[in-house]
Amino acid sequence: MLRKKECVAMLLAGGQGSRLYALTTHIAKPAVAFGAKYRIIDFPLSNCINSGIDTVGVLTQYEPLELNEYIGNGQPWDLDRAFGGVHILSPYQAKKKQSWFEGTANAIFQNMHFMKKYNPDYILILSGDHIYKMDYSEMLRAHKASGADCTIAAIEVPLKEASRFGVLNTNPDGSIYEFEEKPKVPKSNLASMGIYIFTAEKLFAYLEKDDENPDSTKDFGKDILPAMLAGGEKMMSYRFKGYWKDVGTISSLWESNMDLLGDTPAFDVGNPDWKIHSRNPLAPPEYIGAKAVVENSMVALGCEIDGRVEHSVLASNVVVEEGATVRDSVLMAGTVVKKGAVVEYSIVDENVVISENARVGTPKSADAGIAVLGRGITVAEGAAVAGGSIIDKDYKGE
Amino acid sequence: MASTVGVIFSNIHDENIPELSRHRTMASVPFGGRYRLIDFALSNMVNSGITTVGIVTKNNYQSLIDHLGSGKEWDLARKDGGIILLPPYSDDTDKPYTTRLEALMGITGFLTHRTEDYVVISDCDGIAHMDIADIVRYHEEKGADITMVYHEEREPSESSYFITLEPDRRTGRIKALRINPNDLRKGKKYNLYVNVMVMSRTFLIDTIQNAFTCGFTSFGRDILTKNVDTIKIYGYNFEGYYAGVNSLADYFRHSMELLDRKVRTELFAARDIYTKVRDSAPSRYVDGAKVANSLISDGCCIKGTVENCILFRGVKIGKGSVVRNCVLMQDTVVGENVALDSVITDKNVVIRDRRNLAGCAELPYFISKGRMI
Repeated sequence: MLRKKECVAMLLAGGQGSRLYALTTHIAKPAVAFGAKYRIIDFPLSNCINSGIDTVGVLTQYEPLELNEYIGNGQPWDLDRAFGGVHILSPYQAKKKQSWFEGTANAIFQNMHFMKKYNPDYILILSGDHIYKMDYSEMLRAHKASGADCTIAAIEVPLKEASRFGVLNTNPDGSIYEFEEKPKVPKSNLASMGIYIFTAEKLFAYLEKDDENPDSTKDFGKDILPAMLAGGEKMMSYRFKGYWKDVGTISSLWESNMDLLGDTPAFDVGNPDWKIHSRNPLAPPEYIGAKAVVENSMVALGCEIDGRVEHSVLASNVVVEEGATVRDSVLMAGTVVKKGAVVEYSIVDENVVISENARVGTPKSADAGIAVLGRGITVAEGAAVAGGSIIDKDYKGE
Repeated sequence: MASTVGVIFSNIHDENIPELSRHRTMASVPFGGRYRLIDFALSNMVNSGITTVGIVTKNNYQSLIDHLGSGKEWDLARKDGGIILLPPYSDDTDKPYTTRLEALMGITGFLTHRTEDYVVISDCDGIAHMDIADIVRYHEEKGADITMVYHEEREPSESSYFITLEPDRRTGRIKALRINPNDLRKGKKYNLYVNVMVMSRTFLIDTIQNAFTCGFTSFGRDILTKNVDTIKIYGYNFEGYYAGVNSLADYFRHSMELLDRKVRTELFAARDIYTKVRDSAPSRYVDGAKVANSLISDGCCIKGTVENCILFRGVKIGKGSVVRNCVLMQDTVVGENVALDSVITDKNVVIRDRRNLAGCAELPYFISKGRMI
C-alpha cells in the first residue's frame, strides 16, 4: 500500500527575531515565551493538529537548541506519530554541497526529500512568529474548491500599516492579480499572513526552477509568488477574520500578551474547542497570598504572589514578594520580584532577579518605551532601569 | 537504591470518604487543585527511581484509567514495566477479592514475573513527600523481613481500620502491633501505620503462598499481629508532613493546610509531583476580582471574591460572588452574587446566581458531581 499524507506542513522557524533584542539572544524567535505558559510556536503547531494536519517539518537554523528541546518528540501536541508527526529539519551537509538555508524558499527546497517521502497533494507553509488560531482545513477546502495552484491567507489591516506586509491586490472573486512585498504605497489593505497552501507538484516545480536562477533571493514573497503569478498560475486569496498578530517586535509582543486580559479578552486562549497545546510546567497551583492584590492579570501555575499585580501576564513560578508591585508588564517563568521593587511597562525574560527596592521601567504612557530585561540577569538592590532600555547583563545602576 | 517494584492499592480505603469515592477509586480522588491522591504515592516512587508500579484495582476504576493513561506523565510509559494495571482476577469459582491479602494472592503472577529485589506497597490515602529509597535503605540495614512506615500522631484516627505500632526505641523492631485499638486518648502520642511497607519480593511471595495454604484472609490479623515475635518487623519513623485522608472532614482540613507555605514547600518544592496535564490556559483574574490566601489552578476565570480557597482547574467565579473556605473541584461554575462558605463541590457542579450555601469546618457542605444548585 502506498502510504501518503494529503497535506504536509512546513513551519519556517529559523528566524533570528533581531527586533526582539535581548529576548532572542540565546533562542530562536518561535521559542520566545508568550501568554504565561506558551511559546510562539505552540500556536502554529496547535493549529496544525487541531486542523487534522499531523505531519509537520520545522525548519530551524538560528539558535535551534532550546527550540529542538522544546519540541522534542512532539508528544505535547499529539505529534508523536508512527508515520508523520513533527520533525526538526536543520541545515545539513550533503555529498555534493553543503549550505545554510538561504531564504525561506531555499529552506523548503533543501528539504524536498522530506516532503516527497509523504507523497503529499498539498504543502502548507507556515511561519513561527504569529499569534492566532486558524483552521487550516477550511483553507485547504477553499484551495481545493477553487482549483488554485496557490492560496494565500490574508487579513485586512489598516491601510497605513499595509506597507509593513506583503500586500495582495485581488479581483472581486478573490483571485490575486498582483503581489507586492512591502510596497511604499500600498494599493490595498489586504496583507499576506505568510500562510500559503500550494498544490505540491507546482511548488516543487517552481522551487527547482528558482534554485537554478542565480539572481533569485530564494524567498517566497520576493521570488516564488511573483514567479508563479508571472507564470499564469491560479493564485487565490483566503480571507481570515479573527485575531492575528505578528509578534516580531517588543511592542507587538507586549500588546499581544495584553490582548489576553480583560472580561472578554481580544484573544481568548481558554476556549476548550480550540486548545492551544504546550509543554506544561510541573508546578502546583499558583498561591495568592493573604495581602496580595491581583487585578486584570493572567497568572500561571507555581507563582507565589504576595505583592501587587495589575494588568500583567505572569508565567510559571514567578514570585512577587510582599510590598512589590508589577504593573503593565510581562514576566516570564521563574522571575523573582523582591520586596519593595516596582516593575512597570516592561518585558522581563526568564529567571531574572529584581532585587529589593529596584525600579524597572517607567509608568506606561504614549511616549514611554518598554523596558526589556534579558534572561537570568540580576537587577541590584535599589537600582533603576529606565523605561525603554534593553538590559542583557547584571545591572547595578548607572 | 536496590531494585524495587511498587505496588499501589487504589481502592483499599474507599469506604472512608464515600462522598468522594462513590464514582471513583480513592486513588483518583482529586486533591490540591490539580492532583489526584495517587499522584503523591506514584511520584514518591518515581522520584526514588522506581520504574515499575503495579496498580491494584477493584471497582470504579474508569476514572483512574483515564487519569493514568499510558503513564507517560510519570515517566512510566516503559518498554519493560512502567505502569501495570492489575484489575481483580477471578476464575469461575472465585469472587473478586475482599481483603488486602486476597488482593495480593491475585497478583502473585505479577510479583513472580518481576525481577526486582524489593517490593514497596502503598495505599493512596496519604499525602506526603516520602523518600522511598531511604526506607528501602533502612530495611536493608536492619535486615528486616517487613518494614512498616509510621507517623507520630496525637489525634486518634477516625478511620474504620487502622494499625498502631510499638517499636523498640533502640532497635526500631516492632514489639507490638494493634489493629483498631479503642483505648487511644486525644493528646497522647501514638505511632500510626501510614500504609506504606517494604519487604523483599521473595519474602512477600512466600508469605502469600503460605497464607493461601493456611486459608488466611487478613494480612493484618493473620500475618502481622500473630507473628510479631517470629517475623522481623521494623518501624520506619516518617517525620515529615503527613496527611491521612480518613474522612471528608480530614479531606477538607488537609486541603486547607496547603495554604500554609511550609506544607506547600515540603510537598511541592523539594521535588516534582507528576499529574495528568489538561492543557488548560493560565488563569485569568478579571477587574473586580479579589483573591486572598488561595491556591488557584490553571484554566480558572475569577471575577468575584475568593478567600482561603482551593480552586481546581477550570473553575469560574462570577461577578459579585463571595467564596470563602471552599474546595471547588474541576470545572465548577459559580454564578453571580453567590455566597459560599465551607463548601466542597465535586467536579462539574453549577451554582446558580444568588445562591447562598454554607457548611462548617467540621462538616463541610458537600455537593456531588455534576449537580446543579
